Amino acid sequence: MTTVRTGRPPVTGAGLASLARRAGAPLVLALVLVIGAVAFGEGFAGPQNIRNVALDSSYLVLIAVGMTFVVISGGIDLSVGSVFALAGVLAAVGAQWGSLPAVALPLLVCGLIGLLNGVLIGRARIAPFIVTLATLLFARGLAFAASQEGNKVYLIPGDLTLTRIGQARTLGVSTPVLVAVGVFAVALVVLNRTRFGQAVYAIGGSPESAELMGLPVARVRVSVYVLSALLAAVAGILVAAQTSSGLPTIGEGRELEAIAAVVIGGTLLSGGIGTLTGTLAGALLLKVIQNLINQVGTLSSYYQQVVSGVFLLLVVLIQTGLSRRGRVDEEVP
Amino acid sequence: MTETASREGLPTPTRPAAPPGSGLFRRVRNHGVSLAIGVLLLFNLLFTPNFATVGNLRLQLVQVVPIAIVALGMALVVATEGIDLSVGSVMAVAAAIIPLYLGYGPWLAVAVGLVAGAVVGALNGSLVAFCGVQPIIATLGVLVAGRAAALVLADGRLVEIFDPTLQTLGNGSVLGVPVTLVILAVLATLVVVTVRWSVVGRRLVAIGGNRAAARLAGLPVRRTLLTVYVLSGVLAALAGVLNTARLGASDPSFVGLLIELSAITAVVVGGTPLSGGRIRVIGTLLGALLMQLIAATVIQHDLPDSLARMIQAGIIVVAVYVQRDRGGA
Repeated sequence: MTTVRTGRPPVTGAGLASLARRAGAPLVLALVLVIGAVAFGEGFAGPQNIRNVALDSSYLVLIAVGMTFVVISGGIDLSVGSVFALAGVLAAVGAQWGSLPAVALPLLVCGLIGLLNGVLIGRARIAPFIVTLATLLFARGLAFAASQEGNKVYLIPGDLTLTRIGQARTLGVSTPVLVAVGVFAVALVVLNRTRFGQAVYAIGGSPESAELMGLPVARVRVSVYVLSALLAAVAGILVAAQTSSGLPTIGEGRELEAIAAVVIGGTLLSGGIGTLTGTLAGALLLKVIQNLINQVGTLSSYYQQVVSGVFLLLVVLIQTGLSRRGRVDEEVP
Repeated sequence: MTETASREGLPTPTRPAAPPGSGLFRRVRNHGVSLAIGVLLLFNLLFTPNFATVGNLRLQLVQVVPIAIVALGMALVVATEGIDLSVGSVMAVAAAIIPLYLGYGPWLAVAVGLVAGAVVGALNGSLVAFCGVQPIIATLGVLVAGRAAALVLADGRLVEIFDPTLQTLGNGSVLGVPVTLVILAVLATLVVVTVRWSVVGRRLVAIGGNRAAARLAGLPVRRTLLTVYVLSGVLAALAGVLNTARLGASDPSFVGLLIELSAITAVVVGGTPLSGGRIRVIGTLLGALLMQLIAATVIQHDLPDSLARMIQAGIIVVAVYVQRDRGGA
């Protein structure tokens, strides 16, 4: 009774379900944006606020793009929040010697952590949840060790090329946003138009079939975890450049936020089905809603969290309900 | 295709059958946790001054109680192939409720806290059992919303509590044994009895092993899942209550923060596979004790906290790796 899933959601008899999964998040996002613009006018739709939301979203988008590859391949990566913090600390440490080490050091170390994740999951076949839970602890420990237990905050000199590029605005758009857009575009092509991307879908749909088809299952698995760690590292470097410092305490809970963005975007945690555009909409949706709650102003930040959690549950409930009705080939307990 | 979440754990066609393994290796594999605890104890007895004092051993055991109680509930959930990320937030909710109802008497406050835990557990359970939401996502939403709800209840403040009954509950002793430890022992016994000899216990393991088969065999899958998440919620709430009683303060911002990770670690290191269908209660307790011993060793030797995290990470991976061929993990 194994159902082999293909990269595209099943179409037969699932019009509403597949539409909800593919376009649900963007539609809700559009709706929320319109409501926000009507309710708050300039304060929400003005250039300053849009810039803030875009900058705030860019780090989450970078991390969530990597997470999408991992989740579509049937895995999960809990370590990204810690890797994000570690990259920031290492960028600040490396910045003491110049811009190149500030970028190379975090990419190297975080890439190795991703490789460790990938090898333990892809080759040693340990459950992704456990492996990345361990590297979550490990990377956070490393971040604290590199900053003398959080007692020393390395500052990035303001005259460094990295800082200048990181804090620059090109045509009014901040660098992290540009990087996020660029990465998203490349990822879109890689996931949908390359052999690697199709292999990611195939492995998530059915690792057994993928193996029998002769796909390099272990190698693809290793690659998605390296990719995820590298993208988290890029986000960490950009944050460090923006704030001119590396703090080992940032990014706690980022992994959960990224997973939420991916799931809201319609990607199934069981693997094999999902889109990057959905993830982008999911990430923006989370940030826009946070921003809207801030606009209300009278609500405390606690309510913001309550709304985020309830919102996540609602979206998942609706998706589960719709896809259950649509997918007759899948038995839901 | 109901067992989607466990697909990572399923053997693929090219994977060789579990190696028979030499006697020694098998023994290490089955008693890895006990062995690790033994090594750490030996190390501490030899190299840590004042380790073997009654006061210190007592402190270690008292400190392990909250994680152990939460881990007991987590083990039940994991045995059904689920996971409960919301336990830390449930602890916070229970802690926030105590000062609100203390005016009506300590026992009522404790009872309301436990009921709140049951309600949150029922929410988790309904989402998983009746709505078909994946456990990790359902409980993630509750994790986010739950802690925030606790902070709303407490207005984000730490509240000090002066109540003789709660004081006894948190710090008292019965015949020289801390009350919290007695509670843990009773709970652990109950869970062992439930899992070994009760109908619900057999059912939850059967559901974790193969949900489709369990349903075809006529087991009440949904009701059992609901029960398991409610139990996990109540146990987490109890841990929150005991924590509050011991500290003499309700601190919803920090109580139980990230405890879901420690509890999952204790469960997995103790030999309960995330793929469900098996539960090791004593192993879970030993797993919790091991994590506590690592933290204590690091603290007493004045090693940095970052090292503790990295050592824990290594132990998790090694423990799961050596157990992985024992069927399912």
